[in-house]
Amino acid sequence: MSVIEFAQVSHRFGEREVLRDVTLRLTENRIGIVGANGSGKSTLVRMINGLVTPDTGRVTVDGLDVARRGRDVRRRVAFVFTNPDNQIVMPTVREDVAFTLRGRRLSPAEVATRTDAALERFGLAGHAEHPSHRLSGGQKQLLALAAVLVAEPAVVVADEPTTLLDARNARRIAALLAGLPQQVIVVTHQLDLLADFDRVIVIDEGRVAADAAPGVALAAYDALLA
Amino acid sequence: MIGLYLPGTSLVHRTPTLLKLALLAVGMALLAAVQGAVSLGVAIAVLAVLYALARVPVRVAWRQVGPVLWLLVIAVPVQALFAGWPAAGLMAGRLIIAVALAALFTLTTTVTSVLSACETALRPFRRWVDPERIGLLIALMIRCVPLVTDIVREVAEARRARGQERSLVALAVPVVVRSLYAADAIGEALTARGFDD
Repeated sequence: MSVIEFAQVSHRFGEREVLRDVTLRLTENRIGIVGANGSGKSTLVRMINGLVTPDTGRVTVDGLDVARRGRDVRRRVAFVFTNPDNQIVMPTVREDVAFTLRGRRLSPAEVATRTDAALERFGLAGHAEHPSHRLSGGQKQLLALAAVLVAEPAVVVADEPTTLLDARNARRIAALLAGLPQQVIVVTHQLDLLADFDRVIVIDEGRVAADAAPGVALAAYDALLA
Repeated sequence: MIGLYLPGTSLVHRTPTLLKLALLAVGMALLAAVQGAVSLGVAIAVLAVLYALARVPVRVAWRQVGPVLWLLVIAVPVQALFAGWPAAGLMAGRLIIAVALAALFTLTTTVTSVLSACETALRPFRRWVDPERIGLLIALMIRCVPLVTDIVREVAEARRARGQERSLVALAVPVVVRSLYAADAIGEALTARGFDD
Protein backbone atom coordinates (compact mmCIF):
# COMPACT_ATOMS: atom_id res chain seq x y z
CA MET A 1 0.00 0.00 0.00
CA SER A 2 1.08 3.56 -0.57
CA VAL A 3 1.61 5.80 2.41
CA ILE A 4 -0.17 9.15 2.13
CA GLU A 5 0.62 11.69 4.78
CA PHE A 6 -0.91 15.02 5.66
CA ALA A 7 1.28 17.02 8.05
CA GLN A 8 -0.46 20.00 9.65
CA VAL A 9 -2.18 20.95 6.44
CA SER A 10 -4.25 24.10 6.19
CA HIS A 11 -5.76 25.73 3.15
CA ARG A 12 -7.89 28.71 2.25
CA PHE A 13 -9.97 29.65 -0.75
CA GLY A 14 -10.05 33.42 -0.54
CA GLU A 15 -11.37 34.36 2.89
CA ARG A 16 -12.71 30.90 3.62
CA GLU A 17 -10.56 28.42 5.49
CA VAL A 18 -11.45 25.01 4.04
CA LEU A 19 -8.90 22.86 5.84
CA ARG A 20 -7.49 23.54 9.30
CA ASP A 21 -4.39 21.86 10.63
CA VAL A 22 -5.12 18.40 9.27
CA THR A 23 -2.70 15.62 10.14
CA LEU A 24 -3.35 12.16 8.76
CA ARG A 25 -1.46 9.04 7.76
CA LEU A 26 -3.35 6.92 5.22
CA THR A 27 -2.10 3.39 4.72
CA GLU A 28 -5.23 1.28 4.60
CA ASN A 29 -6.55 -0.47 1.52
CA ARG A 30 -10.02 1.07 1.57
CA ILE A 31 -10.60 4.52 3.04
CA GLY A 32 -13.85 6.47 3.00
CA ILE A 33 -14.14 10.21 3.47
CA VAL A 34 -17.50 11.70 4.49
CA GLY A 35 -18.75 15.12 5.48
CA ALA A 36 -21.31 17.76 4.71
CA ASN A 37 -21.16 19.86 1.55
CA GLY A 38 -18.43 22.45 1.95
CA SER A 39 -16.73 20.58 4.78
CA GLY A 40 -13.40 20.38 2.93
CA LYS A 41 -13.39 16.73 1.93
CA SER A 42 -13.04 17.37 -1.82
CA THR A 43 -10.17 19.77 -1.17
CA LEU A 44 -8.57 17.15 1.07
CA VAL A 45 -8.63 14.42 -1.57
CA ARG A 46 -7.54 16.78 -4.33
CA MET A 47 -4.38 17.33 -2.33
CA ILE A 48 -3.58 13.63 -2.58
CA ASN A 49 -2.74 13.90 -6.25
CA GLY A 50 -1.62 17.48 -6.17
CA LEU A 51 -4.58 19.11 -7.88
CA VAL A 52 -4.60 21.43 -4.88
CA THR A 53 -1.43 22.19 -2.94
CA PRO A 54 -1.72 23.23 0.71
CA ASP A 55 -1.11 26.78 1.87
CA THR A 56 0.65 25.46 4.95
CA GLY A 57 1.86 22.02 5.88
CA ARG A 58 2.87 19.20 3.62
CA VAL A 59 1.22 16.32 1.79
CA THR A 60 3.33 13.39 0.64
CA VAL A 61 2.63 10.19 -1.25
CA ASP A 62 5.29 7.55 -0.59
CA GLY A 63 7.60 10.33 0.46
CA LEU A 64 6.96 12.46 -2.63
CA ASP A 65 5.87 16.01 -1.83
CA VAL A 66 2.78 16.75 -3.94
CA ALA A 67 3.73 20.43 -4.15
CA ARG A 68 7.18 19.71 -5.59
CA ARG A 69 6.73 16.38 -7.32
CA GLY A 70 3.16 16.72 -8.55
CA ARG A 71 3.79 14.99 -11.88
CA ASP A 72 5.41 11.98 -10.24
CA VAL A 73 2.59 11.81 -7.71
CA ARG A 74 -0.06 11.91 -10.44
CA ARG A 75 1.55 8.89 -12.12
CA ARG A 76 0.88 6.95 -8.94
CA VAL A 77 -2.45 8.45 -7.94
CA ALA A 78 -5.43 8.34 -10.30
CA PHE A 79 -8.37 10.66 -9.73
CA VAL A 80 -11.99 10.03 -10.67
CA PHE A 81 -14.27 13.06 -10.66
CA THR A 82 -17.95 13.38 -9.84
CA ASN A 83 -18.91 14.42 -13.36
CA PRO A 84 -17.36 12.12 -15.96
CA ASP A 85 -18.19 14.59 -18.75
CA ASN A 86 -15.38 16.80 -17.48
CA GLN A 87 -12.94 13.93 -17.62
CA ILE A 88 -13.68 12.69 -21.13
CA VAL A 89 -11.37 14.30 -23.67
CA MET A 90 -11.50 12.27 -26.87
CA PRO A 91 -14.44 11.73 -29.23
CA THR A 92 -14.59 7.93 -29.10
CA VAL A 93 -14.45 5.53 -26.17
CA ARG A 94 -11.33 3.73 -27.38
CA GLU A 95 -9.48 6.97 -28.08
CA ASP A 96 -10.30 8.35 -24.65
CA VAL A 97 -8.90 5.31 -22.85
CA ALA A 98 -5.80 5.28 -25.07
CA PHE A 99 -5.32 9.01 -24.48
CA THR A 100 -4.08 8.35 -20.93
CA LEU A 101 -1.15 6.37 -22.32
CA ARG A 102 0.12 9.14 -24.59
CA GLY A 103 3.57 10.37 -23.66
CA ARG A 104 4.39 7.21 -21.70
CA ARG A 105 6.78 5.83 -24.32
CA LEU A 106 4.74 2.73 -25.06
CA SER A 107 4.66 1.13 -28.48
CA PRO A 108 1.39 1.40 -30.46
CA ALA A 109 0.92 -2.33 -29.97
CA GLU A 110 1.28 -2.03 -26.20
CA VAL A 111 -1.14 0.92 -26.12
CA ALA A 112 -3.66 -1.09 -28.14
CA THR A 113 -3.29 -4.15 -25.90
CA ARG A 114 -3.73 -2.22 -22.69
CA THR A 115 -6.61 -0.19 -24.11
CA ASP A 116 -8.44 -3.32 -25.25
CA ALA A 117 -7.89 -4.96 -21.87
CA ALA A 118 -9.29 -1.92 -20.04
CA LEU A 119 -12.32 -1.74 -22.34
CA GLU A 120 -12.99 -5.44 -21.82
CA ARG A 121 -12.60 -5.17 -18.05
CA PHE A 122 -15.17 -2.39 -17.76
CA GLY A 123 -17.66 -3.81 -20.23
CA LEU A 124 -17.01 -1.14 -22.84
CA ALA A 125 -15.54 -3.28 -25.60
CA GLY A 126 -18.82 -3.16 -27.52
CA HIS A 127 -18.81 0.66 -27.35
CA ALA A 128 -15.16 1.12 -28.32
CA GLU A 129 -15.87 3.07 -31.52
CA HIS A 130 -18.94 4.90 -30.21
CA PRO A 131 -18.89 8.65 -29.55
CA SER A 132 -17.99 9.08 -25.90
CA HIS A 133 -20.39 11.96 -25.36
CA ARG A 134 -23.34 9.75 -26.35
CA LEU A 135 -22.79 7.18 -23.60
CA SER A 136 -25.21 6.99 -20.70
CA GLY A 137 -24.19 8.47 -17.35
CA GLY A 138 -23.19 5.10 -15.97
CA GLN A 139 -21.21 4.20 -19.08
CA LYS A 140 -19.40 7.54 -18.95
CA GLN A 141 -18.34 6.88 -15.38
CA LEU A 142 -17.14 3.42 -16.43
CA LEU A 143 -15.19 5.10 -19.21
CA ALA A 144 -13.70 7.55 -16.72
CA LEU A 145 -12.62 4.62 -14.55
CA ALA A 146 -11.19 2.69 -17.49
CA ALA A 147 -9.33 5.78 -18.68
CA VAL A 148 -7.54 6.27 -15.35
CA LEU A 149 -6.97 2.60 -14.51
CA VAL A 150 -5.38 1.80 -17.90
CA ALA A 151 -2.31 3.57 -16.54
CA GLU A 152 -2.13 1.09 -13.63
CA PRO A 153 -1.84 3.58 -10.79
CA ALA A 154 -1.04 2.55 -7.21
CA VAL A 155 -3.86 4.59 -5.68
CA VAL A 156 -7.33 5.53 -6.90
CA VAL A 157 -9.05 8.56 -5.42
CA ALA A 158 -12.71 8.99 -6.32
CA ASP A 159 -14.61 12.16 -5.43
CA GLU A 160 -18.30 11.29 -5.15
CA PRO A 161 -18.16 9.01 -8.20
CA THR A 162 -21.79 7.88 -7.84
CA THR A 163 -23.54 11.17 -7.06
CA LEU A 164 -24.82 11.71 -10.60
CA LEU A 165 -25.78 8.09 -11.19
CA ASP A 166 -28.99 6.13 -10.72
CA ALA A 167 -29.09 3.45 -8.03
CA ARG A 168 -28.14 0.57 -10.32
CA ASN A 169 -25.16 2.34 -11.88
CA ALA A 170 -24.10 3.65 -8.48
CA ARG A 171 -23.96 0.11 -7.12
CA ARG A 172 -22.09 -1.04 -10.21
CA ILE A 173 -19.43 1.64 -9.87
CA ALA A 174 -19.19 1.05 -6.13
CA ALA A 175 -18.71 -2.67 -6.70
CA LEU A 176 -16.00 -2.01 -9.29
CA LEU A 177 -14.16 0.30 -6.93
CA ALA A 178 -14.44 -2.24 -4.13
CA GLY A 179 -12.91 -4.93 -6.35
CA LEU A 180 -9.86 -2.95 -7.47
CA PRO A 181 -6.40 -4.21 -6.48
CA GLN A 182 -5.28 -0.62 -5.89
CA GLN A 183 -5.55 1.34 -2.68
CA VAL A 184 -8.86 3.18 -2.95
CA ILE A 185 -9.95 6.40 -1.26
CA VAL A 186 -13.55 7.42 -1.85
CA VAL A 187 -15.44 10.56 -0.96
CA THR A 188 -19.10 9.67 -0.82
CA HIS A 189 -22.50 10.55 0.59
CA GLN A 190 -23.63 6.95 0.10
CA LEU A 191 -22.77 5.75 3.56
CA ASP A 192 -23.87 2.16 2.95
CA LEU A 193 -20.97 1.79 0.50
CA LEU A 194 -18.48 2.17 3.32
CA ALA A 195 -19.57 -0.79 5.44
CA ASP A 196 -16.64 -2.99 4.34
CA PHE A 197 -14.05 -0.25 4.28
CA ASP A 198 -11.02 -0.33 6.56
CA ARG A 199 -11.29 3.23 7.75
CA VAL A 200 -13.68 6.18 7.53
CA ILE A 201 -12.68 9.79 8.12
CA VAL A 202 -15.31 12.40 8.89
CA ILE A 203 -14.46 15.95 7.86
CA ASP A 204 -16.37 18.78 9.49
CA GLU A 205 -15.63 22.47 8.86
CA GLY A 206 -12.15 21.69 7.63
CA ARG A 207 -11.14 19.48 10.53
CA VAL A 208 -11.03 15.75 11.13
CA ALA A 209 -14.06 15.18 13.32
CA ALA A 210 -13.79 11.39 13.45
CA ASP A 211 -11.31 8.81 12.19
CA ALA A 212 -12.11 5.19 12.93
CA ALA A 213 -13.61 1.97 11.64
CA PRO A 214 -16.80 2.53 9.61
CA GLY A 215 -19.25 1.75 12.42
CA VAL A 216 -17.71 4.15 14.89
CA ALA A 217 -16.93 6.93 12.40
CA LEU A 218 -20.38 6.87 10.82
CA ALA A 219 -22.04 6.96 14.24
CA ALA A 220 -19.99 10.06 15.01
CA TYR A 221 -21.03 11.54 11.64
CA ASP A 222 -24.65 10.78 12.44
CA ALA A 223 -24.31 12.60 15.75
CA LEU A 224 -22.86 15.62 13.95
CA LEU A 225 -25.84 15.76 11.62
CA ALA A 226 -28.35 15.66 14.48
CA MET B 1 -15.35 14.94 -36.58
CA ILE B 2 -17.78 14.97 -33.74
CA GLY B 3 -19.13 11.45 -33.59
CA LEU B 4 -18.81 11.12 -37.39
CA TYR B 5 -16.12 8.47 -37.64
CA LEU B 6 -17.34 5.33 -39.38
CA PRO B 7 -15.12 2.39 -38.43
CA GLY B 8 -13.77 0.44 -41.38
CA THR B 9 -10.78 -1.12 -43.11
CA SER B 10 -11.22 0.24 -46.64
CA LEU B 11 -8.39 1.66 -48.72
CA VAL B 12 -9.55 5.15 -47.77
CA HIS B 13 -9.52 4.26 -44.05
CA ARG B 14 -6.02 2.81 -44.34
CA THR B 15 -4.54 5.73 -46.25
CA PRO B 16 -2.08 7.60 -44.00
CA THR B 17 -3.70 10.66 -42.47
CA LEU B 18 -1.12 13.17 -43.66
CA LEU B 19 -1.52 11.88 -47.21
CA LYS B 20 -5.29 12.12 -46.89
CA LEU B 21 -4.99 15.68 -45.64
CA ALA B 22 -2.68 16.58 -48.51
CA LEU B 23 -5.03 14.97 -51.06
CA LEU B 24 -7.95 16.80 -49.48
CA ALA B 25 -6.12 20.10 -49.89
CA VAL B 26 -5.26 19.28 -53.50
CA GLY B 27 -8.86 18.23 -54.13
CA MET B 28 -10.17 21.51 -52.77
CA ALA B 29 -7.72 23.46 -54.93
CA LEU B 30 -8.70 21.52 -58.05
CA LEU B 31 -12.35 22.07 -57.22
CA ALA B 32 -11.81 25.81 -57.44
CA ALA B 33 -10.62 25.27 -61.02
CA VAL B 34 -13.74 23.37 -62.05
CA GLN B 35 -15.55 25.29 -64.78
CA GLY B 36 -18.62 23.96 -66.53
CA ALA B 37 -20.92 21.00 -66.30
CA VAL B 38 -18.50 18.41 -67.72
CA SER B 39 -15.71 19.00 -65.21
CA LEU B 40 -18.32 19.22 -62.44
CA GLY B 41 -19.68 15.86 -63.56
CA VAL B 42 -16.18 14.36 -63.47
CA ALA B 43 -15.65 15.73 -59.96
CA ILE B 44 -18.94 14.22 -58.78
CA ALA B 45 -18.02 10.86 -60.34
CA VAL B 46 -14.64 10.89 -58.55
CA LEU B 47 -16.43 11.71 -55.31
CA ALA B 48 -18.87 8.84 -55.80
CA VAL B 49 -15.99 6.43 -56.42
CA LEU B 50 -14.24 7.57 -53.24
CA TYR B 51 -17.39 7.09 -51.17
CA ALA B 52 -17.87 3.65 -52.70
CA LEU B 53 -14.24 2.74 -51.96
CA ALA B 54 -14.74 3.85 -48.36
CA ARG B 55 -17.93 1.72 -48.21
CA VAL B 56 -19.98 4.60 -46.83
CA PRO B 57 -23.69 3.71 -46.85
CA VAL B 58 -25.85 5.99 -49.00
CA ARG B 59 -27.91 7.25 -46.04
CA VAL B 60 -24.73 8.21 -44.17
CA ALA B 61 -23.38 10.00 -47.26
CA TRP B 62 -26.68 11.84 -47.62
CA ARG B 63 -26.54 12.98 -43.99
CA GLN B 64 -23.24 14.72 -44.66
CA VAL B 65 -24.51 16.95 -47.45
CA GLY B 66 -28.18 17.20 -46.49
CA PRO B 67 -27.73 20.18 -44.14
CA VAL B 68 -25.88 22.14 -46.85
CA LEU B 69 -28.87 21.91 -49.16
CA TRP B 70 -30.85 24.16 -46.83
CA LEU B 71 -28.17 26.80 -47.19
CA LEU B 72 -28.27 26.45 -50.97
CA VAL B 73 -32.03 27.03 -51.03
CA ILE B 74 -31.19 30.64 -50.15
CA ALA B 75 -27.75 31.01 -51.73
CA VAL B 76 -28.49 29.66 -55.20
CA PRO B 77 -31.35 32.05 -56.09
CA VAL B 78 -29.30 34.98 -54.77
CA GLN B 79 -26.29 33.92 -56.85
CA ALA B 80 -28.52 33.39 -59.88
CA LEU B 81 -29.90 36.89 -59.49
CA PHE B 82 -26.44 38.45 -59.69
CA ALA B 83 -24.48 36.01 -61.86
CA GLY B 84 -26.98 33.83 -63.66
CA TRP B 85 -28.15 30.27 -63.21
CA PRO B 86 -25.05 28.54 -64.68
CA ALA B 87 -22.81 30.32 -62.15
CA ALA B 88 -25.25 29.53 -59.35
CA GLY B 89 -25.30 25.88 -60.36
CA LEU B 90 -21.50 25.76 -60.45
CA MET B 91 -21.28 27.33 -57.01
CA ALA B 92 -23.78 24.84 -55.60
CA GLY B 93 -21.95 21.92 -57.16
CA ARG B 94 -18.57 23.03 -55.83
CA LEU B 95 -19.94 23.58 -52.32
CA ILE B 96 -21.61 20.19 -52.16
CA ILE B 97 -18.48 18.44 -53.40
CA ALA B 98 -16.27 20.35 -50.95
CA VAL B 99 -18.50 19.47 -47.99
CA ALA B 100 -18.71 15.85 -49.12
CA LEU B 101 -14.91 15.59 -49.49
CA ALA B 102 -14.35 17.04 -46.01
CA ALA B 103 -17.00 14.73 -44.60
CA LEU B 104 -15.33 11.73 -46.23
CA PHE B 105 -12.14 12.66 -44.45
CA THR B 106 -13.86 12.77 -41.04
CA LEU B 107 -15.82 9.58 -41.76
CA THR B 108 -12.64 7.65 -42.42
CA THR B 109 -10.17 9.23 -39.99
CA THR B 110 -10.02 8.98 -36.21
CA VAL B 111 -9.21 12.03 -34.12
CA THR B 112 -6.24 10.17 -32.69
CA SER B 113 -4.71 9.77 -36.13
CA VAL B 114 -5.35 13.44 -36.90
CA LEU B 115 -3.54 14.38 -33.68
CA SER B 116 -0.63 12.09 -34.53
CA ALA B 117 -0.47 13.55 -38.03
CA CYS B 118 -0.45 17.10 -36.62
CA GLU B 119 2.33 16.16 -34.23
CA THR B 120 4.35 14.62 -37.05
CA ALA B 121 3.83 17.65 -39.27
CA LEU B 122 4.81 20.06 -36.50
CA ARG B 123 7.82 18.10 -35.31
CA PRO B 124 10.29 20.06 -37.50
CA PHE B 125 9.09 23.19 -35.71
CA ARG B 126 9.56 21.75 -32.21
CA ARG B 127 11.87 24.53 -31.31
CA TRP B 128 9.06 27.08 -31.50
CA VAL B 129 5.90 25.05 -31.09
CA ASP B 130 4.96 22.09 -28.87
CA PRO B 131 3.35 19.55 -31.26
CA GLU B 132 1.70 17.54 -28.47
CA ARG B 133 0.13 20.64 -27.01
CA ILE B 134 -1.28 21.63 -30.42
CA GLY B 135 -2.63 18.12 -30.83
CA LEU B 136 -4.28 18.30 -27.41
CA LEU B 137 -5.76 21.69 -28.29
CA ILE B 138 -7.38 20.23 -31.41
CA ALA B 139 -8.77 17.25 -29.46
CA LEU B 140 -10.23 19.53 -26.81
CA MET B 141 -11.76 21.80 -29.43
CA ILE B 142 -13.53 18.82 -30.95
CA ARG B 143 -14.56 17.48 -27.54
CA CYS B 144 -16.02 20.80 -26.43
CA VAL B 145 -18.51 21.05 -29.29
CA PRO B 146 -20.94 18.42 -27.92
CA LEU B 147 -20.20 19.62 -24.39
CA VAL B 148 -21.21 23.21 -25.13
CA THR B 149 -24.14 21.97 -27.22
CA ASP B 150 -25.41 20.09 -24.14
CA ILE B 151 -24.94 23.18 -21.97
CA VAL B 152 -26.90 25.34 -24.41
CA ARG B 153 -29.69 22.77 -24.58
CA GLU B 154 -29.94 22.46 -20.78
CA VAL B 155 -29.92 26.22 -20.26
CA ALA B 156 -32.54 26.66 -22.98
CA GLU B 157 -34.76 24.09 -21.27
CA ALA B 158 -34.32 25.80 -17.92
CA ARG B 159 -35.09 29.15 -19.51
CA ARG B 160 -38.27 27.75 -21.03
CA ALA B 161 -39.26 26.14 -17.73
CA ARG B 162 -39.01 29.55 -16.10
CA GLY B 163 -41.03 31.27 -18.80
CA GLN B 164 -38.06 33.25 -20.14
CA GLU B 165 -37.95 31.91 -23.71
CA ARG B 166 -37.49 35.40 -25.17
CA SER B 167 -34.64 36.45 -22.94
CA LEU B 168 -31.25 36.32 -24.65
CA VAL B 169 -29.53 37.23 -21.39
CA ALA B 170 -31.16 34.24 -19.67
CA LEU B 171 -29.51 32.04 -22.31
CA ALA B 172 -26.17 33.72 -22.95
CA VAL B 173 -25.05 34.42 -19.39
CA PRO B 174 -25.59 30.92 -17.96
CA VAL B 175 -24.08 29.33 -21.07
CA VAL B 176 -20.93 31.42 -20.75
CA VAL B 177 -20.65 30.87 -17.00
CA ARG B 178 -21.23 27.13 -17.20
CA SER B 179 -18.83 26.82 -20.14
CA LEU B 180 -16.12 28.55 -18.14
CA TYR B 181 -16.75 26.25 -15.17
CA ALA B 182 -16.63 23.26 -17.53
CA ALA B 183 -13.33 24.50 -18.99
CA ASP B 184 -11.93 24.80 -15.48
CA ALA B 185 -13.07 21.29 -14.60
CA ILE B 186 -11.64 19.83 -17.81
CA GLY B 187 -8.33 21.52 -17.09
CA GLU B 188 -8.32 19.94 -13.65
CA ALA B 189 -9.14 16.53 -15.10
CA LEU B 190 -6.34 16.85 -17.66
CA THR B 191 -3.90 17.68 -14.89
CA ALA B 192 -5.10 14.63 -12.97
CA ARG B 193 -4.56 12.46 -16.08
CA GLY B 194 -0.97 13.65 -16.31
CA PHE B 195 -1.31 16.41 -18.88
CA ASP B 196 -0.32 19.35 -16.75
CA ASP B 197 1.38 22.68 -17.46
